[in-house]
Amino acid sequence: MELLDNLALGFSTALLVQNVLYCFVGVLLGTAVGVLPGIGPTATVAMLLPITFSFEPVTALIMLAGIYYGAQYGGSTTAILINLPGESSAAVTALDGHEMARQGRAGPALAAAAIGSFVAGTVATVALAAAAPPLASVALKFGPADYFSLVLFGLIVSIALARGTALKALAMIALGVLLGTVGQDIYTGTPRFVFEQRELYGGIDFVSVAVGLFGVAEILRNLENEQTRTAIVSKVTNLWPTREDRRRIIAPILRGTGLGAALGVLPGGGHVLASFTSYAVEKRISKRPQEFGRGAIEGVAGPESANNAAAQTSFIPLLTLGLPAHPVMALMIGAFIVHGITPGPNVINDEPALFWGLIASMWIGNVLLLLLNLPLIGLWVRMLRIPYQVLFPMIILFAAIGTYSLNSNAYDVYAIAFFGILGYVLIKCGCEPAPLLLGFVLGPLLEENLRRALIISRGDPSVFVTRPISAALLVLALVALVVAVLPTIRQRRAVVFAEEE
Amino acid sequence: MERRRSFPDVLAGGIFVLIGGAFVVGALGYELGTPTRMGPGAFPLLVGAAVVALGLAIAGKGLIAGEVISFGPIPWRAVAVIVLAVLFFGFTIRRLGFVPTTAVTALLTTLASARVRLLTAVAVAAGLTVASTLIFVVGLQLRIPLWGPWLGL
Repeated sequence: MELLDNLALGFSTALLVQNVLYCFVGVLLGTAVGVLPGIGPTATVAMLLPITFSFEPVTALIMLAGIYYGAQYGGSTTAILINLPGESSAAVTALDGHEMARQGRAGPALAAAAIGSFVAGTVATVALAAAAPPLASVALKFGPADYFSLVLFGLIVSIALARGTALKALAMIALGVLLGTVGQDIYTGTPRFVFEQRELYGGIDFVSVAVGLFGVAEILRNLENEQTRTAIVSKVTNLWPTREDRRRIIAPILRGTGLGAALGVLPGGGHVLASFTSYAVEKRISKRPQEFGRGAIEGVAGPESANNAAAQTSFIPLLTLGLPAHPVMALMIGAFIVHGITPGPNVINDEPALFWGLIASMWIGNVLLLLLNLPLIGLWVRMLRIPYQVLFPMIILFAAIGTYSLNSNAYDVYAIAFFGILGYVLIKCGCEPAPLLLGFVLGPLLEENLRRALIISRGDPSVFVTRPISAALLVLALVALVVAVLPTIRQRRAVVFAEEE
Repeated sequence: MERRRSFPDVLAGGIFVLIGGAFVVGALGYELGTPTRMGPGAFPLLVGAAVVALGLAIAGKGLIAGEVISFGPIPWRAVAVIVLAVLFFGFTIRRLGFVPTTAVTALLTTLASARVRLLTAVAVAAGLTVASTLIFVVGLQLRIPLWGPWLGL
């Protein structure tokens, strides 16, 4: 059993004292920041990324992954307790979770979320371990033309999944790709769009983009309507679900896990789609659909499981193809690169201990989350009482310090302000920020592979349609684009999303 | 969905056209090369043109059948103060050193909220300065001097 050998290698890496310790620290920090309202996983990871740069690569990635799913999980706690979801995937949890909390059943809601997340995390980790190696070996056969088409495909699928109009999402992606061209050209070394500023030769740092778009812009949104937050955080009692609850959550957890594991692989927002879909499915097949929206525990267990399973499987495209499925994974790419590892199909062979250690650590992290969250719920509840007036200066300050510490480059800090304002205005105009970040991270890959493919084919663009892998991906991308633009399908999609609101 | 002229859509389109256009103009200043050996200007030119085209489409659609109807309020004070704080941080971190820069940045950002009282702001800024010094300089050992050359120390 090769899988077992690999997992054994993984666990022997992940169970090293310092790795368990930093996994714990990551999960703890992630949960702590994720619980804070108004800050989602992307901003959390971007803010805490610099902390990990002095570590060993494995340890750093384990900790970052821990921060990610910790933040994801912390967001659900906030959604349940005070109805302020940190990001869109937790918005579904807020529907029934917060309703349960108002009925005095916050405990069972939190427990359902925790148990669901744990089960989902465990299953999805196994799925990741099983699916990654074959995919990576396929990816090794990819040439530059295939990679170009793959990246294009990934970018276009991410529009089909995003909310908002396809036209705007497409423009945001293209804008991201465009901004990614700032800095020295890889082939000729010509500095592009740098305004004679030597500090810009290395390009715009992706952390600045992420912190600006997801941190500063979000804070400005929150400062639009300042109200003293009604901090009625209900006391959490009776954590353990009743026998009836336990019976009701089993099937939703399993269905959510399956949905999430499958949809998480998709680029763009698989985890959001997964939790929405899971909610819709549970509502449709429930014998008591009228309870949904009024505190149905299935409406917490299903989406939470889906969300968490998707969070784990979204590592599959990252670890096998080097493609980020969503903004946090884009930040993970940056983390790999900082440690001198190019994410992609070679990681599994070149760095087996890192690859399997990271996967094994996800399971350990899920155990830690379970141990951490239920007993410490009182602590998290107390964190919710931190007033926003303290919180947002902290986010901005830490973002500035963290970004500066990456390269000691003042332009990285200026870029935060630039992207904060740009992101804020564009978000207000109905453009989602995630596609811009994905385009920004993938843009250089797109350009490099396009140019390399054309060099190899001696300038013949037909190479993109004559290579079977590339052609297939381009056809799929075209299908995805048509699906995203077709009005009837968009309407139906709007219905799926609207139904939950 | 109501369909009518939408200012935010036109604005978004305008931003795309502006940025895309700037990149197109910039890209024309670099060597374009041939398809076989694309120069540094070719790719930005293509993508910039795409951004302009998409921006025009968004603005055009916004004039006839927009989707975002209201833009909502803008917290001008927060926008100004936060931008100022971040720029201040970037500009002075090397010159003033970690502690003064952090303190001023924290104080400025705290003032972004229209509801904050000065005393609270000072207290929050002081607390954040101590906390971030402990976390980043003592804990994580960032190599940023605590006090910079501008202070003549």
